[in-house]
Amino acid sequence: MASQISQDTIIRIEGVSKKFGRLQAVDNVSMEIKRGEFFALVGPSGCGKTTLLRLLAGFETPDAGRILIEGRDMTGVTANHRPVNMLFQSYAIFPHMNVETNVSYGLKIARRPRDEIMARTEEALGLVKLSGYEKSHPDELSGGQRQRVALARALVMRPAVLLLDEPLSALDAKLREAMQLEMVHLQKTVGITFLIVTHDQSEALSMAGRIAVMHQGSVRQIAPPGELYEAPNCRFVADFIGKINLFEGTARPADQPGRVRVHTEKLGILELQGDAEGSVTLAVRPEKIIISHEPGGLEGQISLHGTVMDIAYFGGHSKLFIDIGAGQPLMAEITNSNRNGGPRVAPGDRVRCGWRAVDTLLLTE
Amino acid sequence: MEPWRKAPAVFVANLLPPAAWLGVFFVLPLSLLWLYSFGDKVGITGIDINWTLANYARAADPLYLGILIKSVWIAGAATLTCLMIGLPVALAISFAPRHVQPWLLLLIILPFWTNLLIRTYALIAVLRTNGHVNYVLEWLWSAGDGLLNLIGLGGYQILGTGFTPWSLLYNDAAVVTGLVYVHLPFMVLPLYAALYRLDRSLIEASLDLGAGHLRTFFYVIAPLVLPGIASGVIITFIPALGAYLTPDLLGGTDSQMIANVIERQFKAANDWPFGSALSFLLMYITFFGLAVRSLLAGRRGGGVSA
Ligand SMILES: Nc1ncnc2c1ncn2[C@@H]1O[C@H](COP(=O)(O)OP(=O)(O)O)[C@@H](O)[C@H]1O
Ligand SMILES: [Mg+2]
Repeated sequence: MASQISQDTIIRIEGVSKKFGRLQAVDNVSMEIKRGEFFALVGPSGCGKTTLLRLLAGFETPDAGRILIEGRDMTGVTANHRPVNMLFQSYAIFPHMNVETNVSYGLKIARRPRDEIMARTEEALGLVKLSGYEKSHPDELSGGQRQRVALARALVMRPAVLLLDEPLSALDAKLREAMQLEMVHLQKTVGITFLIVTHDQSEALSMAGRIAVMHQGSVRQIAPPGELYEAPNCRFVADFIGKINLFEGTARPADQPGRVRVHTEKLGILELQGDAEGSVTLAVRPEKIIISHEPGGLEGQISLHGTVMDIAYFGGHSKLFIDIGAGQPLMAEITNSNRNGGPRVAPGDRVRCGWRAVDTLLLTE
Repeated sequence: MEPWRKAPAVFVANLLPPAAWLGVFFVLPLSLLWLYSFGDKVGITGIDINWTLANYARAADPLYLGILIKSVWIAGAATLTCLMIGLPVALAISFAPRHVQPWLLLLIILPFWTNLLIRTYALIAVLRTNGHVNYVLEWLWSAGDGLLNLIGLGGYQILGTGFTPWSLLYNDAAVVTGLVYVHLPFMVLPLYAALYRLDRSLIEASLDLGAGHLRTFFYVIAPLVLPGIASGVIITFIPALGAYLTPDLLGGTDSQMIANVIERQFKAANDWPFGSALSFLLMYITFFGLAVRSLLAGRRGGGVSA
């Protein structure tokens, strides 16, 4: 069995499903995670991320399908015998033990020699920058420090995969950003495969090497961040990852093979690369849109006219909300690259919004 | 803060009835008994309070001291048995599905809805020589005997020539059994309360780090519910120590407990001063237990209390 699986696959999930009563929490999920990867599982709250992680850790049993870790079928293997460790959302630090006893707990359970326990505990605390806190009691520590203890307690076990359930959600914005970077560095240093769960798509984009997007229990797309952002495979992923403008339309094959003619209410008839028939969605990212005051269109560009309604200032960039007639306002992003340039646009301005046809995404699902 | 300072009249009006009730029915009789315990019996009903310590000294008499020690021993054995039964029961309830838990708890409390006397007589019907336990034992004996005959070993009389009913009543074991039966809910409820409040992810973290269920219990669950265990032990031990009906009905002549002796002082022996002294000694033991409990609770702040 193990020989069929490529050497660098560390987790293989095959058609796993899990129901709670009538609720399908995980629905026929299949995926592979590679050795040494920083893999993220994203999706809105309640889409089954934690359940999938708990299935991997052995706290839930799948109703269907199976899980292989390092080529071994985990069916019937209890949590304490699985080569993975979990960083719990609540950290789950043992309140009756100090930092050192918490971190060395797993090694003591595994009956490792005393010297090894001491050396590895010290090393793990060093990795998470908690050297010197050995004798501290959990309730003397800050939230961030408690998380580091939990991290050290899992890392000290040298698991095949470290499972992290929303590890940063309890931290404030500044600390979270710092921890994101630190986690990425840490993962590179220890070389352990990280599988992180988050509902924050920007966090996943900035940390992970590959991302799986989940929706209502099933995986919609698995791809590296760039591909996920620039080439989402469905409307849900396009909308969930980053910001996007969506236009409903209907598609017909064009005269040329490999091209379609899409009719939308706001954009008129467009001819695009692709292959679709029936109802489709066109999508464009806000930063792809070029705003100008001159009327008229350019060659190869899609053009719209509208009135600037609101400008949200973010420092490095600003978001414009442009009224283009019916429905949702168009979202566009401009870079504030010039300090003394003054505002290029102001609310109430009549502007032309254009983008290249190739930057238009054609979504069929 | 301190709203009673702003409305003292309301505060007094609210406090007065319970305070009066406590005063008349609790503090007053108890004070009287306390005074009696320092007195001498005069005639049939008279008591002369002369601050003698003779009643307390008499309690140290080997006869009474022996009964007191035996009471502690029996109550202790019952408490320990309750703990050994109650802990797995409380664990099982706390790990049952959430919607089943109230029903399981109801089953634990259900016996309380029946009078103690009736429950104790029911236990007699179960344990007596012609009781249900002995019926089952006899049936097992004849089944075993029949089996031996069947395989040709009948002649050796391995199980004896006939079934002799076990004497399950009127001894210390019967008293302990009765006390365990009556006091089990006192043990299960605080244990359950502590387990209910225990963060489940701590148990999962222990499993995740490689510990099996047994080691998770001893290294994580037990230390964290220790205050709950202490509560259960004290709450079970105190009423068991003062048990009166159970040893009276289920015990033999030598398995009477301190409450039976106290009862005899007030009734048959008509020695109220000595009975009062014994009562207060029992109460001091109880206070000591409670003090130990709060000391334990104060020292370990991290645990989950009941
Ligand atoms: N033990 C459980 N019993 C019943 N329903 C559950 C249980 N765990 C999770 N669920 C439900 O399953 C769905 C998925 O939950 P979860 O995996 O925690 O989502 P996420 O982590 O993506 O927010 C949710 O609707 C949740 O209410
Ligand atoms: Mg979750």
